[in-house]
Amino acid sequence: MLKILKYSFFDLIRSRWSYVYFAFYLLLGVVLLFLNNDLSKAVITLMNVIIVLVPLIGTIFGVMYYYNSKEFTELLLAQPLKRSSIFLGQYLGVAMSLSMSLILGLGIPFVFYGLFKSNAIWDFSLLLITGTFLTFIFTALAFNIALSNDNKIKGFGYAILLWLLLAIIYDGVFLMSLIFFEDYPLDKLSLIGTMLNPIDLSRTLILLKLDISALLGYTGAIFKQFFGTSFGLIISFIMLIIWVILPVMRIMFKSRKKDF
Amino acid sequence: MKKWGVIICAIFLAMTTHAQHIEVCSTCTISTLKEAINNAQRFDTITVKPGTYKEHNIIVDKPLIIKGENYPVIDGELKGEVFTIVSDSVTVDGLFIINVGTSYTEDYAALRVKNSKYFVIQNLVLEKLFFGIYLEKSNYGKVYHNKIIGNAVEEYNSGNGIQLWYSNHIEIEHNYVERVRDGIYLEFSDNCLIKNNVSANNVRYGLHFMFSNTDTYQDNTFENNGAGVAVMFSKHIKMFNNTFKENWGTASYGMLLKEINDSEIIGNTFEENTIGINIEGSNRITYRNNDFVKNGWAIKVRGACYTNTFTENNFLYNSFDIAYNSKVNDNVFDKNYWSNYTGYDLNKDGIGDIPYRPVKLYSYIVNRTPETIILLRSMFIDIIDFSEKVSPVFTPDNLLDNNPQTKRITW
Repeated sequence: MLKILKYSFFDLIRSRWSYVYFAFYLLLGVVLLFLNNDLSKAVITLMNVIIVLVPLIGTIFGVMYYYNSKEFTELLLAQPLKRSSIFLGQYLGVAMSLSMSLILGLGIPFVFYGLFKSNAIWDFSLLLITGTFLTFIFTALAFNIALSNDNKIKGFGYAILLWLLLAIIYDGVFLMSLIFFEDYPLDKLSLIGTMLNPIDLSRTLILLKLDISALLGYTGAIFKQFFGTSFGLIISFIMLIIWVILPVMRIMFKSRKKDF
Repeated sequence: MKKWGVIICAIFLAMTTHAQHIEVCSTCTISTLKEAINNAQRFDTITVKPGTYKEHNIIVDKPLIIKGENYPVIDGELKGEVFTIVSDSVTVDGLFIINVGTSYTEDYAALRVKNSKYFVIQNLVLEKLFFGIYLEKSNYGKVYHNKIIGNAVEEYNSGNGIQLWYSNHIEIEHNYVERVRDGIYLEFSDNCLIKNNVSANNVRYGLHFMFSNTDTYQDNTFENNGAGVAVMFSKHIKMFNNTFKENWGTASYGMLLKEINDSEIIGNTFEENTIGINIEGSNRITYRNNDFVKNGWAIKVRGACYTNTFTENNFLYNSFDIAYNSKVNDNVFDKNYWSNYTGYDLNKDGIGDIPYRPVKLYSYIVNRTPETIILLRSMFIDIIDFSEKVSPVFTPDNLLDNNPQTKRITW
């Protein structure tokens, strides 16, 4: 598995797309800092970007990589190798190279701007951690989609649909249901609703840092316990880890059964 | 009136020619404060040497200067009130008063001034108290450099740090009040000056105003209080250069304004409060040169607020800038700096070319269903906010800042 991981990783590192992705984040970081002249405001703007863009790129890139390297995968499958190690290796290769582009692309301009001396460093590292988690989650979801669909067009369609669903439509439905059931106690429902969507989950995680004063404005013991203590942070991280593990398990399961 | 006070003092001083000096210590002939006060003549000075004096219900009924050396401890043994001043022109200086009795029927204070004038209370340290300094129908006094540290946990069995009741022309400066119910409380007290105080970690309000007119408070810091600062049912209040910080909670405000009219709020800083200013039924107030930094809601307008003007303020990184609960707007927002402003300035005159709408649709939704706060900064919310911005339906369409600044305002 490690060999395949290494191969995928270096293959991707040499590819044009990771450079584009890396350059994009580098540019974003530099421009944001140049325009804002303020680290903490730049972190807020970055949060908006990361929460929307990282899942999109993770999904598209994951699907693309799977379809592009299909022939090579078939070649590997003819070798005496474990199927799970082939697919896991590829998955980790993609996810890690994407995360590396993200971390380096954003990290370099911020470090040069004086991140280590500023107090935004915790917010920023939280941002990078959630960004990495999102990359791992959405690449895994993308591999799932690609494994289930041999048709490229269909696969891409589903991938974009998945992103649209989790990034925007989910929140719309969530909001409507909260307003619709406003006569009932909703704090448990709203927290569970957040847990079920990795994008919402990472958003809440960052909100805990940035908008804590607004979040504490709501009356509710569960909210208070969740947002007021480190309980929220711990639960959010556990959920994010579960969100990585579940799709990866499905990759292993699916790849074992699949006919090539 | 202050001049009158000085003149009257001078006359009194002239009348009593032999101002004596009395010392109190555990080994002296006079070993208690009560004894010293009984033996003293008008305008004598009583010096209290270091030591512990277990006394309560000390009544000061003549003009005296009571001065502590190296903070002698006056221990009330939780039995009741410690000092009660019922005479004009009393000075109390440099004492350490602890263990004031708690009562559910009477407001025991560490030091109470009753129906008196021209008193000076300074350099006191109060600990383990019920009420701290209680001014009752007393005028023209000064309360300087006191440190009040309570241990209040619940509202019902704790008292206020500095309480004014029907007391006018009082100066309260450089005091530090911590962990009591209300740090500084004013009721029916006019023409007072509250300056350079720090009021922090109190159970209820850092500063509480009721029915007190023409007062000024400036350069104070109110931090991490249960409900921030409440200013209610008063007019002609001046609030300058105060700092309101980290008042977090569901019913917590940097400042709560209720039925305040004709006042000025200038140069204050509101930082990281759940609600910066909560305004209810307040009219003709000028808000100028205030900084609203990282609050949940910078300003929440509840209703019945007319002809207020908000000019040249900085709104920096608040989750919500302004929240309104009605469609009617009679308040003016002009020339403010909004960090959330996304317009442009083509002619480079420092004023954005398109107006800024500080009220978002989402703040309405949160007002209606508070749980939706969990969707803060979601992309879906950005989309509906944007559509509301393009064509306002729910938010007051005349509520806009026509001259949003493009750079942070300095003054």
